[in-house]
Amino acid sequence: MNTFTELLSFWHAQADKLGQQTLQHIGLTAASLLLGVLLGVPLGLLVTRRPRLAPWVLGVASVLQTIPSIALLGFLIPALGIGPGPAIFALFLYALLPIVRNTVTGIQGVDAAVVDAARGLGLTDGQVLRRVELPLALPVLFAGIRTAAVINVGVATLAAYIAAGGLGEFIFGGIALNNPAMILAGAIPAAALALAFDAALALLQRLPVRRLVRVGQVALVVLPLLAGLYLLPRATSRLLAGFSPEFVGRADGLPGLQQKYGLHPASVVLAPALVYEAAHHGDVDVIDGYSTDGRIRAYDLRVLHDDRQAFPPYQAAPVVRTQTLAQHPELAPVLAKLDGQISDSVMTELNYRVDYLHETPRTVAHAFLRQRGLWHDPLPVQGGTIRLGSKIFAEQYILAEMYEALIRGYTGLAVESKTGLGGTSICFEALRTGSIDLYPEYTGTGLLVVLQPATAVLDSLGSQPAAVLAYVHREFERRYGLEWQAPLGFNNTYALLMRRQHAERLGIASVSDLSAFLRK
Amino acid sequence: MTSSSPLAIQATQLSKRYGPHAVVQNVSFALPAGETLVLLGPSGCGKTTLLRMLNRLVEPDEGSVAVQGQDVRTQSAAALRRGIGYVIQQVGLLPHYTVAENVGVVPRLLGQEEPQVAARTEELLRRLHLPPERFAGLYPHQLSGGQQQRVGLARALAADPPIILLDEPFGALDPITRASIRREFRELEELRRKTVVLVTHDVTEAFELADRIMLLNAGQVQQLGTPKELLFRPANEFVRRFFDAEKFSLQLRTLRLADVMTYIPNEVHNNSLHTYKSADKVLPLSVTIQEAIEALSSPSGLQTSAEEEAVVWVEAGNSPSATAYISLTLPQLMTAFGRALQDVQTA
Repeated sequence: MNTFTELLSFWHAQADKLGQQTLQHIGLTAASLLLGVLLGVPLGLLVTRRPRLAPWVLGVASVLQTIPSIALLGFLIPALGIGPGPAIFALFLYALLPIVRNTVTGIQGVDAAVVDAARGLGLTDGQVLRRVELPLALPVLFAGIRTAAVINVGVATLAAYIAAGGLGEFIFGGIALNNPAMILAGAIPAAALALAFDAALALLQRLPVRRLVRVGQVALVVLPLLAGLYLLPRATSRLLAGFSPEFVGRADGLPGLQQKYGLHPASVVLAPALVYEAAHHGDVDVIDGYSTDGRIRAYDLRVLHDDRQAFPPYQAAPVVRTQTLAQHPELAPVLAKLDGQISDSVMTELNYRVDYLHETPRTVAHAFLRQRGLWHDPLPVQGGTIRLGSKIFAEQYILAEMYEALIRGYTGLAVESKTGLGGTSICFEALRTGSIDLYPEYTGTGLLVVLQPATAVLDSLGSQPAAVLAYVHREFERRYGLEWQAPLGFNNTYALLMRRQHAERLGIASVSDLSAFLRK
Repeated sequence: MTSSSPLAIQATQLSKRYGPHAVVQNVSFALPAGETLVLLGPSGCGKTTLLRMLNRLVEPDEGSVAVQGQDVRTQSAAALRRGIGYVIQQVGLLPHYTVAENVGVVPRLLGQEEPQVAARTEELLRRLHLPPERFAGLYPHQLSGGQQQRVGLARALAADPPIILLDEPFGALDPITRASIRREFRELEELRRKTVVLVTHDVTEAFELADRIMLLNAGQVQQLGTPKELLFRPANEFVRRFFDAEKFSLQLRTLRLADVMTYIPNEVHNNSLHTYKSADKVLPLSVTIQEAIEALSSPSGLQTSAEEEAVVWVEAGNSPSATAYISLTLPQLMTAFGRALQDVQTA
């Protein structure tokens, strides 16, 4: 019930976004269906005329169908980049099999005597096709299009991963933020859309064949128009922003920027893993990122200065179960060895080596420890195991590797790593319930994602790192029995990033500049 | 037909093989305009393939076909077919077209004006006992098998082609419908003027409809001739055996009154027991013995004499005598028929 009211208020608050995403979703589906029909039907006809091609064409189409959709999108990124192009192409590939197969089945199902009689009367091959075979195959053909439509409405939710928009934006945002209402906000309209497409096509299917031919002709006109819906929201903005789903939904992400700067860029959502690439290739112009991300260096991006401090401090520090600290008093001093050791630029460099130079987090972590004289060969295990967690990106992996090496090097404790624990909520839950003993967290995340204090509290804390740290330290201990250790030194906060050259050309150095530019 | 008629169809040395299997071997025939040729033979004898070569639904491996004196390969297959009516056993009506639209297909392909097409469709449907006001708007699936075949026939006739090809047109119908449609078919004024090639495996049908019959076996012509020739002068053992089972009924259908008149005893000619009244029906000499027997045994058609004996009046043929008609009883007819058979067979 609670989720339901949240859902309604979410829809209410994001009504224009919902409308836009629905239009995009319809557009994606319609465009891919149109391509599927334009290519699939002739391909099916070819197969009926040259039966020897049948195993090849149907085989390839079947194989395409079996590729998991998320993998197919992944395959297409190197070739076609991100955005609507590859999304529509992938959807088109999925539409192909049902359309081709039903075209073949439909044509082959036409009574041979009818075709023979038609030819015997003097209809040319083209006339037999247009007046006899196609009209009679149409019901089956339509069933194929119907199948393709329903598949595509479903798969189109994944298009949000590659910045192609659609209702998947809410769904992925909701997953990233562990927000069921937000997931439903996208999933329910997507399901409704699939049902609507199916019902509409089912209605058409019941029409007499003759009318169906006319409807088919109308559809060939209407589908491009529906596809055109897709382009409407994009055409209107000077810069296109590409944001990860979590950023869009989090209070200290896009909503915070909108509040502090009045920033309302035209934006698309895309998979976190793809935002930097998208900016690098110019698919989008502004992205969200983390101030210590290695790709900032690799892709020559500029961090826009957060001059009004919309992004709260995100100091990195290990969070440990109080119980664990009590059981293993030798742990705290070891963790403290990294206090203040890692600055923003150092962390960016380390991340760069992992993300871009593809060194393993372990190599990078061990090299760093050696360089700082913190390395110590592992001691024999004397009992007790520390379970380390980390989230699913390079920086967390590196930090986890450092802690693992330190614990092994300076204590007799065994270490069990549970890295790659998805998002904040998964890590935090694992820690709270005792599945892990510690993981590196950021003060801002602890504040806004976990504690979610009242606005008055947030205002009182402002953007003062020390105040935030003190608050999360106190509250985590009190509520969950978890203890924040001293910060590592760097502040991995959200940042808005642009291509350096682009930003310089437009004279944008800060978020205020960007906001002003967009309002021009 | 007269020998001066131009040839409607001429097939020369046609052969067709599918893989190692020769379906049609070296078949030739010439068909004068207006004649009905029946291609007869057991299943798989190649008669359908032979028929389909005439309108290029099958291209021969060897040999040629000329229609109206012109090689069929000189024009497009589609154009050729529009000038030749085509009826098949499964009818093959376009299921998404109404009856009227099905009938109008070929005239429309030929670019005829709409009012003309509509008038022709209506005329044909009426003639084939499918009142247009009831049937024109129906779809094929709403018709019985016999009605569908009538529509198929109307469709083949719609553009008034000089040649009609029929592939087992009555094969899928029940015996009663079949007999009635066949009779309609035979009596259809429309068809009398046309050159017809009809494929069947039904001997009775062949004898009823054919001017000439081509009997085929394993792709080869066994005999080409009039029904009478095939029945009474079989060219080989196969031909003889083919008609054996139905010999008597075929003889009744093949011999006509004219053939047996000479065997009617003389006293009959002078018989004055029965007096002709102008209202009485007269059978022409061209009717078959079968038809004469039917007339004698049907209660409505017979005249009752003083002795309550059934008679029919027959034209006295070439006799220039005053009595233009003679009366005939069933025993007299059968006796004459028996004598005629004896003579024909020993000849």
